[in-house]
Amino acid sequence: MTQIAQENAQAEVEALRMQISDRLESIDTLSEFQDLKVAIFGKKGELNAKLREAGRDPVKRVNYSPLLNELKLQLTQRFARKLETLESAAMDAALASETVDVTLPVRPQRQGSLHPITQVMEELAVIFADMGFAVAEGPDVEDDFHNFTALNFPEGHPARDTQDTFFMKPDAEGMRKVLRTHTSPVQIRTLLKQKPPIRIIAPGRVYRCDWDQTHTPMFHQVEGLVIDKEANMGHLKGVLLDFISAFFETDQVEARFRPHHFPFTEPSAEMDVKYERVGAGVKVGSGNQWMEILGCGMVHPNVIRNCGLDPDEYQGFAWGMGVDRLAMLKYGAPDLRDFFNSDVRWLAHYGFSPLLQANLATGLS
Amino acid sequence: MKFPLSWLKYHLETDATLDELAKAMTMAGLEIEDIDNPAEKFADFSVAYVQEAVQHPDADRLRVCTVETKDGIKQIVCGAPNARTGMRAVFAPLGTYIPGLDFALDKKPRKIRGVESHGMMCSAKELELGEDHDGIIDLEGDWEVGTPAVTALGQDDPVIDFEVTPNRPDWLGVRGIARDLAATGIGTLKDVPVGEIEGTFDSPVTIELDWPEACPVFMGRMIRGVKNVESPDWLKKALTAIGLRPINALADITNLISYDRCRPLHVYDAAKLEGGVIRARKGRGEADTFEALDNKDYAPGESMCVIADDARCLGLGGVMGGTYSGCSEGTTDVFIESAWFDPLITRATAKATGIDSDAKYRFERGVDPESCREGIEYATRLILEICGGEASHVVIAGEAPAKPADIEFPVTEVKRLTGLDLPREEIIRILATLGFEPKGEGDVLTVGVPSWRMDCSLKADLVEEVARIHGFNHLNATSLKRLPGRFEAPATVMQLRARYARRALAGRGYSEAVTWSFAEKSQAALFGGHGEGLELDNPISSELDVMRPTALIHLLTAMQSNADRGQADAALFEVGPVYLTDAPDGQRLVATGVLPIHADRHWAGSRQPDVFDIKADVEAVLNAAGAPVASLQTVAEARDWWHPGRSGVMRLGPKNVIAEFGEIHPRVLKALDIDGRVLAFEIVLDNIPQPKKSNGLKARTPLEKAELTPVRRDFAFLVDKSVAADALIRAAKGADKAMITGVSVFDTYEGQGVPDGQVSIGLEVTLQPRDKTLTDEEIDVIAKKIVDKAIKATGGSLRG
Repeated sequence: MTQIAQENAQAEVEALRMQISDRLESIDTLSEFQDLKVAIFGKKGELNAKLREAGRDPVKRVNYSPLLNELKLQLTQRFARKLETLESAAMDAALASETVDVTLPVRPQRQGSLHPITQVMEELAVIFADMGFAVAEGPDVEDDFHNFTALNFPEGHPARDTQDTFFMKPDAEGMRKVLRTHTSPVQIRTLLKQKPPIRIIAPGRVYRCDWDQTHTPMFHQVEGLVIDKEANMGHLKGVLLDFISAFFETDQVEARFRPHHFPFTEPSAEMDVKYERVGAGVKVGSGNQWMEILGCGMVHPNVIRNCGLDPDEYQGFAWGMGVDRLAMLKYGAPDLRDFFNSDVRWLAHYGFSPLLQANLATGLS
Repeated sequence: MKFPLSWLKYHLETDATLDELAKAMTMAGLEIEDIDNPAEKFADFSVAYVQEAVQHPDADRLRVCTVETKDGIKQIVCGAPNARTGMRAVFAPLGTYIPGLDFALDKKPRKIRGVESHGMMCSAKELELGEDHDGIIDLEGDWEVGTPAVTALGQDDPVIDFEVTPNRPDWLGVRGIARDLAATGIGTLKDVPVGEIEGTFDSPVTIELDWPEACPVFMGRMIRGVKNVESPDWLKKALTAIGLRPINALADITNLISYDRCRPLHVYDAAKLEGGVIRARKGRGEADTFEALDNKDYAPGESMCVIADDARCLGLGGVMGGTYSGCSEGTTDVFIESAWFDPLITRATAKATGIDSDAKYRFERGVDPESCREGIEYATRLILEICGGEASHVVIAGEAPAKPADIEFPVTEVKRLTGLDLPREEIIRILATLGFEPKGEGDVLTVGVPSWRMDCSLKADLVEEVARIHGFNHLNATSLKRLPGRFEAPATVMQLRARYARRALAGRGYSEAVTWSFAEKSQAALFGGHGEGLELDNPISSELDVMRPTALIHLLTAMQSNADRGQADAALFEVGPVYLTDAPDGQRLVATGVLPIHADRHWAGSRQPDVFDIKADVEAVLNAAGAPVASLQTVAEARDWWHPGRSGVMRLGPKNVIAEFGEIHPRVLKALDIDGRVLAFEIVLDNIPQPKKSNGLKARTPLEKAELTPVRRDFAFLVDKSVAADALIRAAKGADKAMITGVSVFDTYEGQGVPDGQVSIGLEVTLQPRDKTLTDEEIDVIAKKIVDKAIKATGGSLRG
């Protein structure tokens, strides 16, 4: 009797399980699922009805209740799995409807860049900062005193002719301002207001009345100046060799110092480096040709005196070089005039990313 | 300055090779510009012997030659009419570059009408050694096969061209070059006396010096009975080598001496002189009008030194003679001038007249004042040798200017300035071989300076001489390390500002340009005009004749140029100077940018930039450059080259304008030929106030982080359209500075529901409670303050 009753109970619960399972399987939307869930598990749902019914009858309670409870547990898990499946399918369907063609191009973004002159000037500042040099500045519109006289260009001397000077129209007193022909007046301005020891570089715009493939009426120079009580030509050579090495990022610099003449230095020299052409650029440190790279020398005693210092007590050296030319050499831009043409194709090609910060730890460029 | 090697060797005894001499010149400061070395240029060409020349079987005009060459017997087909058996010719092997034809022979033998030809025999023109192209070179002399062609042709003299620095006029004479080279130890300076000719009669022409500052010394001499013949070959060859055209013996002799000794001379046809006196005096303007040797008329004024006789002006002293008294082929009596002219007056005269001449080039740099005697004797000897005649005694007027003063020279100066540790004896040796006279026993020498070295007056000048000749290659390179105790970063605030501004702009898509500091006056006028005193006297072009008051001019035109090239959306910026006055502080560093109002079509829709894009760029730059952006006031007061309704300035206080931005006025764009509309900005980096001096500490103040949730409230105000939204925002912000942490505009509206002439502005105000949550009552109190403040400040009302 008991056994029969039990078997009946099992068969009946099994049939119920099959029946509910079939209904669950046949569902494929979330709303049907919710309806079924309520129909089965709701307060007035089928499972609860069975449980209540079994609970009312002591005999059935023994045979049915454990089976029904087990069924409930099992179905709960199956419903949860079904819900997961349905939700996942629903999300897939939703996402499928949101599909776009990711191969379409993005909205155009301008790529900005920094001019090679800016890059090279920053490189110069970094290299010389490491040797204790600060960056000094001065005005582009200069007077004769700072651009020539204080720099020991005698009035009426042919050396003034070599400068192709731009003049402003004379003022009421007949004085003519000039556009500085070199960055050397910054030497004078610095020496007049600062006490030695002095170590500066002075990059900036300079102007000469000349225009062809390698000359533009405006270009850039960087001046260097050291004044103290012992700086001599050996230091000058050391500083410049270190600079060339750092700037061209090579240990193999072969350089020579050739005597030359500048009114504001004595002795004066020009520095040549060995190089070879590689593609559009030059490789410094190899090859067989000499290339003039800068002019330099010991600051002329008259210049020191013109700035109110005693040339027997203070001494030092100075040099000047073309920033644009350094940029052309290092980065292989062939025509100087392009530097000032603002052609965005050129700027993008020869320009530099704003993320690049020249420094000696990560390299200059 | 050019000279052939043989000329140098006339003064310098040396076994050095051309390369060694060139290197020694370079390292002594005589910078080589070019060496024309025929031996190198024509290295492939050599003497060959034509064993047999027979008629080509298939061509009347060709000959088939059997030629003995440095490479063995060759068969060469030759078209020259003069090719003949037994001649010596110039042979070019296969593959040789032929300069006169500007092509290279094939590397493989070519068949000419069926006969192979293994090279070429050249004409003078093919070697660029002459014009003769009628036949191949038929060498005179018994030259051995294989001898370099240039040797057989007597054309093997290399010509050296170098840069003469303005301080060394003595290098404008070959002897001066030889002297410096001798000092380097590469050879010895030969004694080449110019000879001294005793005169046989008194010169009938005498000299008077009326202006000794311009011409302090003048020697002259008459030579009677000369024949102004064609110069001998050696003289013509020497002049041709340095690029001068031989004229006649008298002219050529003065040219030779000018280049040999840097001693310009002038020779007058004595028959043309009137009155028996030649004088150096000030010019008299129109009365002195004369035709110079350049065939132009000049009327020298009183700032110029002329040479004149009683009748007329004969020439400009030290610059150029006149045609009237010049020598011709018929000249028989001559008067030689060997004078010294002041460099500054010479230069001023040359500048005023525009005359360039070898004499002027030398006198303006400074000719040796003691060389008058040497020059006149040298000229006399050569004239007598070449032209014959009889010389007078020399007449001398005036005195040579004093030579440079002695220099007291402590030998330790060499080490002090160069670091070179040279023995006293070596210092003395170098100075002496250069012609200086070092005297004295101790460590302080008294150094006499030679008359041709007027550039030397200081100790440093002597240091240069010693170091230059000893060799700069011996300088001991010594690195400089940072000075001890200086840890401050060397970059200044301004430099960093410029740097950050550049990076901010490049990061926002602008390309950095560098444009001219000059601009065109009429274009500058569109932007308020150029500053006083900033118009160029000698602009490089009329389009660049003033200093720019703004970089906008070039950026706008560059933008248009880019558009013309198909780059319609070029956004450009420049961080560079603009010029307000000609004073040292009249220059400003300005970040300027242009952005075309343009958007390429895009499948997802495109949006053209507007004023608020450019304003965002400006704020980004200001933030990057460290400006107090929150304290800046924006007002619609941009100047008249900006769009009157779409532009503004950002300023600190009522006066300090830091930035100007907006659309450029269409009138300005039209004047500059710019298509479309353009947004732009100018940020005066100099006007950003300096940051407060820090106490040196980098530590920041502690962060105050409110724990309580912020409260947001919306308000809509009706205000007159003339009211700036900024005024409303500021009023709202000011209502409770402690509590209000943000005010944003979420809406502006005009139209239906809003009275004419008014606009509705919706503000979202954020309140940040600090210690405790705000009650509704507390919020209402603050809200009322906001409304009151806003109404008071704007005259508006709360929208119902």
